[in-house]
Amino acid sequence: MTDARRWGKTAIGLVLTGVMLFPVYWMINVSFTREQDMRKSPPSWFPVKGTLEGYRAALDQQLPYLGISLVVGLGTVALTLLVATPAAYSLAKLRPRGGGTLSFVLLIAQMIPGIIMAMGFYAIFLNVGMLNTVTGLIVADSTLAAPFAVLILTTFMSGIPEELMQAARVDGAGTVRTFWSIIVPVSRNSIITVSLFAFLWAWSDFVFASTLDQGGAFQPITLGIYHYIGNNNQQWNAIMATAVIASIPTAVLLVIAQRYVAAGVTAGAVKS
Amino acid sequence: MNRVTQAPAPAADRPAPAAGGGRRAASRPRSGQWAAWAFLAPVVVYLLVFYAYPLYRNVELSLRHYTVRSFVQGDAPFTGFANYAEVLGDATFGPALWHTAVFTLVSLAFQFTIGLALAMFFLKNFRLSAVLRALFLVPWLLPLIVSSSTWSWMFNSDSGVVNAVLGAFGAEPVHWLTSPDWSLWSVTIANIWIGVPFNLVVLYSGLQAIDPAIHEAAALDGAAGWQRFWKVTFPLLRPVSAVTLLLGLVYTLKVFDIIWIMTRGGPSGSSTTFATWSYRLGFGNLLPAFGPGAAVGNLLIVMALFFGLVYIRVQRKQSLS
Repeated sequence: MTDARRWGKTAIGLVLTGVMLFPVYWMINVSFTREQDMRKSPPSWFPVKGTLEGYRAALDQQLPYLGISLVVGLGTVALTLLVATPAAYSLAKLRPRGGGTLSFVLLIAQMIPGIIMAMGFYAIFLNVGMLNTVTGLIVADSTLAAPFAVLILTTFMSGIPEELMQAARVDGAGTVRTFWSIIVPVSRNSIITVSLFAFLWAWSDFVFASTLDQGGAFQPITLGIYHYIGNNNQQWNAIMATAVIASIPTAVLLVIAQRYVAAGVTAGAVKS
Repeated sequence: MNRVTQAPAPAADRPAPAAGGGRRAASRPRSGQWAAWAFLAPVVVYLLVFYAYPLYRNVELSLRHYTVRSFVQGDAPFTGFANYAEVLGDATFGPALWHTAVFTLVSLAFQFTIGLALAMFFLKNFRLSAVLRALFLVPWLLPLIVSSSTWSWMFNSDSGVVNAVLGAFGAEPVHWLTSPDWSLWSVTIANIWIGVPFNLVVLYSGLQAIDPAIHEAAALDGAAGWQRFWKVTFPLLRPVSAVTLLLGLVYTLKVFDIIWIMTRGGPSGSSTTFATWSYRLGFGNLLPAFGPGAAVGNLLIVMALFFGLVYIRVQRKQSLS
């Protein structure tokens, strides 16, 4: 009886998930659909006469964009960690005077709309000649993740037991040494989580790319898709194939860091 | 998570770390402060250069009369609040404000309701519940360009799957993205879809924090189903709900990608919000109007920060209680 009920709930859950993920399925379905079936009515619900021509076109034309996005994503991760990890260590363990104010500023910084940052960056980059550069995009994209990274890492690092640090101190390790040999290795999981988020946000960024990098030779995949939609709106299987490829980091994040993702979403929203 | 927002305890009665060499051995606590701020230095510099400076430039843009030439040369005349006056008097202002309000409030209402219903559903574990809950995160984690372009194609008037389904029920095709009557609703639907996972996850963790004994007590008192939800669960969930809605509000006010990719704020401005208006002024035309664009952007910041501060206040009150 209870067993049947539990399976019943699973069935409802499967249906709900199916409804929720229908757009994702549809993206995949369209990516395999042949050009001539694209405007068929009613549409084909399954890619029975599937084709890989969309993926072939996508890889043919979008590979450079994917490469740029990869570089920008990794650069953003590096810059974010460089700034955020020491700061989090300090806020969590060294109790700086004014640390509370700094945390407050970071919380506020997270709420500033990207489009406003983009306009300020545009004015600055124009003057220093950083428009349409990969470096400029990395700098701008890192602002999406840096405050979040500091706040999350601080929370995780606060949980590291004091005894561990005291033991290091007794062994003669200084603050820097403690940071490098104790804090960073112990916080490995949270650092990976932050890195994955920073990568995903840089990879997904459209606002900064479309304002600070719209004329450059090195454009990320978000602009690749955007131009695709604008230019050849007939070839939707190629557009959706690119979208599927662009979703790979999302899938990786979900598989590798599933439980941290939930923690990342709730961080700062709910008191523990 | 409340540690993040609370001021750390004073550092006086704490053994000082040994960094900073022996020079400051006499004043140990102060050497601790030096080390602490040395570790904070990168983020402080970062915030000043990559947050404060762009924001300052943005304010400056909004207070001067910029043309393309003076934008490059940097000698635009100071015009005070002329850009703000221009924006407030613009015919787009009223509709943009209205669209922003509708988009935000309708999105929040549906995201929250659906998120809460799903959180209640997932609360009692069943087979596969963890996997399905994880799958529900997908819309929130997908790059916005991916979800927006997928929804664009689904909403296509002639070949979109939405109209195909509606047609199967005998409905006339709807011009989702190309009719001024529907464009705002289309982008709102897409945005609701993207925001449900966030609400689900936060509300789910809020529900989990409620002591099951309370529910058992309510059940013993004869409260069942709906009654139990409204009289017991919902009031207990109110703090988490407030935080979820406020944070959602701040996030939704700044939504730009979805609207711009799906409709570019059109047709004829029918889905223009402050975010897309600001972008269109600054970047969307051949002749950029940076001054007014920045002015609209700053109005948006004021709105976001207002609700952001309310959010922080509510959250702090909760962590203290």
